[in-house]
Amino acid sequence: MVETHISPNRKQPRVAVVKFASCDGCQLSILNLEDDLLALGAAIDIAYFPEASSNMQEGPYDIAFVEGSITCPEDLPRILELRQQTTTLITIGACATSGGIQALRNWSDIAAFKQMVYPNPEYIQSLSTSTPISEHVTVNFELWGCPIDKQQLLRVITDLLQEVKPRIPIHSVCLDCKRQGHVCVLVAKGLPCLGPVTRTGCGAICPSMGRDCYGCFGPAEHDSVHPPGVPPNTTSLANQFHQHLQLIPVEMVRRFRGINGSVQSFSKESHAWEPKK
Amino acid sequence: MPGNPKNSRTIKIDMMARVEGEGALNVTVKDEQVQDVQLRIFEPPRFFEAFLQGRHVDEVPDIVARICGICPVAYQMSAVHALEPIFGVEIPPAIRDLRRLLYCGEWIESHVLHIYMLQAPDFLGFASGLDMARVHPDLVKQGLRLKKAGNHLITLLGGRSVHPVSVKIGGFSQVPTKDQLQGLKDQLLWARDAAVKTLQWVTGFAFEDPEQDYTFLSLRGPSEYPMNTGQLVTNEGHHLNVPEFEEHFHEEQVPYSTALHCTFQGKSYLTGPLARLALNHDQLSPFTKEIFAETGFSLPCTRASMGIVARSVEVLYAFDEALRIIKEYEPPPSPSVPVIIKAGTGFAATEAPRGVLYHRFHVNDDGTIHVAKIVPPTSQNQRRIEDDLRNMLPNFLHLNDTEAAAKCEQHIRSYDPCISCATHFLKFTREEVS
Repeated sequence: MVETHISPNRKQPRVAVVKFASCDGCQLSILNLEDDLLALGAAIDIAYFPEASSNMQEGPYDIAFVEGSITCPEDLPRILELRQQTTTLITIGACATSGGIQALRNWSDIAAFKQMVYPNPEYIQSLSTSTPISEHVTVNFELWGCPIDKQQLLRVITDLLQEVKPRIPIHSVCLDCKRQGHVCVLVAKGLPCLGPVTRTGCGAICPSMGRDCYGCFGPAEHDSVHPPGVPPNTTSLANQFHQHLQLIPVEMVRRFRGINGSVQSFSKESHAWEPKK
Repeated sequence: MPGNPKNSRTIKIDMMARVEGEGALNVTVKDEQVQDVQLRIFEPPRFFEAFLQGRHVDEVPDIVARICGICPVAYQMSAVHALEPIFGVEIPPAIRDLRRLLYCGEWIESHVLHIYMLQAPDFLGFASGLDMARVHPDLVKQGLRLKKAGNHLITLLGGRSVHPVSVKIGGFSQVPTKDQLQGLKDQLLWARDAAVKTLQWVTGFAFEDPEQDYTFLSLRGPSEYPMNTGQLVTNEGHHLNVPEFEEHFHEEQVPYSTALHCTFQGKSYLTGPLARLALNHDQLSPFTKEIFAETGFSLPCTRASMGIVARSVEVLYAFDEALRIIKEYEPPPSPSVPVIIKAGTGFAATEAPRGVLYHRFHVNDDGTIHVAKIVPPTSQNQRRIEDDLRNMLPNFLHLNDTEAAAKCEQHIRSYDPCISCATHFLKFTREEVS
């Protein structure tokens, strides 16, 4: 990962918020900053944020927050141009960081998908895959989550304003769930909770609401001085689901092939449970 | 782009701002007559209906939420209401009320965002809500605080405001205690007052777009302002049951858009706050009716720009309704009722912030989805937006292209279109051929 920095000559960094294929939820997290939104508006120069402002300025930008994944032929030149215009490029959310839920197409026949949804599929321009931004250009920092957590977003912005490299915890949400004192839904309720292999950041909301984590913050990494750290032990958790919760292979595939199903550690696990041809 | 013929012009303006999604508008003018209006949506297809196939019904609420970050609750509500009848699930009144409370939260956060951050800047002449805040800080702070109150409701019931996690077939994974809901009361009382001020504020705006001859479509139930249930009704006297939706409403594909166009018996129609208010104002709470009557505003509103008024009425109603639900709340004996999975077909329509959201599912006997069909509000309104523009463009032809484009863009924005899924592009192309 490249060191991030803000041009020291500028007091207010010029910021762009740019969208590819996504649901808008991560951009909305910026507008959901509520009490902090006006302070943020004073601390940075929002040069390009079409969802919020008709005043759209051209680059270059000090920081670009990128939402959404690459799914169309037209996306490719756009992301390359944005990269050239941007000092610090940060992905926000599962789509931009891992390909997102629309990456479920990566296991399917896209031509059949088009036919299923559109009477005239020939009008539709679409790539056969949904891929993360980092597959196309250098990304300086990745903020996970579907949606991102607004406190984590604020933390990243604050770090950048202080001209330090953003630091966000990468350990598993299971640890924070224990710290918060929730009853373990895997042990007590027998639910296939992905918390042990999922990155922290959401606040352990699923177990706090009495249900199993479904991995929307992507894979955790184990402690390591320099990220990327060691990937989580998905195999051990999968075996637990299979042996103790009696999940059958097709359920295991679905479990790991969800919102971040395309990210390597999760996709490796879902492939391992596919029926052998 | 081919060269323009003599006496024709092609004008491109900047991107469509303050909407969710990517749209372009192409207008063709010949001999001072509007020839063609095409609202083009470039939303990259995300194929939800396709990849829902083979997923288990229990996963559906988490997956469909991701269709829209602004209205995830609407997708979750239409999904569970479509699936539950297949399994013969009867939802107890307390869970029904909590779902209504959750929907109130979503109407509030979505509508307030549009009122304060997206549409009001047009009436007051600002590029954004943040710019507006430099001149009217207290006003924008009030809006943000109102939005926060809506987000709080969703967060308490669903764990977080975007893509909440607690909705499931049969109820919720967890329900709040009476005390937890009571804890919202002070915030909601403040918010209801602020919603009154919001309504009084927006009814004073200048609404200059022409009146339109709308066919309104909304749900309507026997006794309450529609959210999760009801029949499909129109101002032309139609009463349809939700399973009949696809017999009367047809989705067509046009070559210039990735969103399908939906028509009712071959014609365009309008769904959303203006339609709901026109068809259900008698079911607003007494307090909301009283405040609305004091503004002297008459119904039905037949100007698209008055969507901001309808949204403000619904925000006020949603706070009033939330206070009622909180007051009467007794927790259900269990957060959800048992569900026995079986094969079958289910239908539902609920009122998303932007209008009728229809779902149909065919479920296999192992609980996996065989077929999913989803018709969102914006694909229903798309044809109506084109018809509006066709009607009003003659009034704009004396303007220069930038001004005409700005008028069109404001008009499109007043619909609060949710064309999520792409960058925001409005290319206004006017070709004049003489």
